[in-house]
Amino acid sequence: MAHIQLNNDAPGIRSLVLYRPDTGKPLYELAQALLRAGSPDSTLTDAERELIAAYVSGLNCTSFCRNSHAAAARYLYGQERDLVDQVLADPETAAVSGKLNALLVIARHVTEDARTVSEAVAGAARAAGATDGDIHDTVLIAASFCMYNRYVDGLATLTPTDPAAYEAMGERMGTLGYVLPKPH
Amino acid sequence: MPHIPLPPGIPGIRGPMNYSPETARPMNDLANVLLRTNAHHPDSTLSEGERELIATYVSSQNDCYFCQTIHGAVASHHLGDEDWSLVSAVKCDYRQAPVSEKMKALLTIAGSVQKGGKHVTAQQIDAARLAGATDRDLHDTVLIAAAFCMFNRYVDGLATTAPVDVPDFYRMRAAGVVANGYAASDPG
Repeated sequence: MAHIQLNNDAPGIRSLVLYRPDTGKPLYELAQALLRAGSPDSTLTDAERELIAAYVSGLNCTSFCRNSHAAAARYLYGQERDLVDQVLADPETAAVSGKLNALLVIARHVTEDARTVSEAVAGAARAAGATDGDIHDTVLIAASFCMYNRYVDGLATLTPTDPAAYEAMGERMGTLGYVLPKPH
Repeated sequence: MPHIPLPPGIPGIRGPMNYSPETARPMNDLANVLLRTNAHHPDSTLSEGERELIATYVSSQNDCYFCQTIHGAVASHHLGDEDWSLVSAVKCDYRQAPVSEKMKALLTIAGSVQKGGKHVTAQQIDAARLAGATDRDLHDTVLIAAAFCMFNRYVDGLATTAPVDVPDFYRMRAAGVVANGYAASDPG
């Protein structure tokens, strides 16, 4: 049960933005700008952005965000959807590009302790083909999921256990993006 | 040196916000609604100064120099803490600091959020309620703490720079924030 009275039965962050659309609006706008638009020179696809979000949420042990963004990444990857579970299991052995691998290392450092994103860590991503926008967007996706994860867990919101629930969320996120839910 | 080319002379988070205005806008909107607008809601008992104090405490736990210094300066401005002794006391050991029992209980929750959302316990929530915190206060405390776990990482993850040992620089910028709020454009 959530720590505060949310007056709705939606899961995860949806329950929080329905309860407080005033803060929900900028939170969803940030997700849309980061996970769908991105910096002008960024080479990251929407699927890769969702995968970074799911990976960080996994590191933070926030199942709701991990499972929903993993489902969105699977939907967006289409035939390459197996990459998602490979990365979540172990990014080093996953069949993803050297660039994405190096960006996932940056995301892990941001999540654990952002002061440890060293010149070497950033340089490795650049050497693997990452642009300034890729590095910027990766740092902010990881940082923002350190917020979303804490918001969802810190108020003890509802986390569905049925995988089918996440599949539906993933398809919605993959097609509509981040649109503030309307109260019923 | 920052990991991506940022305009020189713009400190802390303002550099990456200048680089990426599309993400800066919702981030500033979030800061304004959480740290300023909501302080004036009838069901809120948290003042702007108290909200800034929570932001400062979380930023100090994350060891983010720019965020703890600028938000500490804004908190001090609101709270009449001219020599910054109150902010220092909260960062050092808030349990011994001259703040209300409600603030101590909310800072405990903020400290848990900083470690990870699952560290917040029902006992911590109950203690804050007993000390007078409303559901709105609890929500805003958790989201302020969570948001600063983002802002701090954005600032440090890109290795931005910030002037050190120049309290008047931060006092001046704090006065600007108190007067005008958090804006996407940097006043310089």
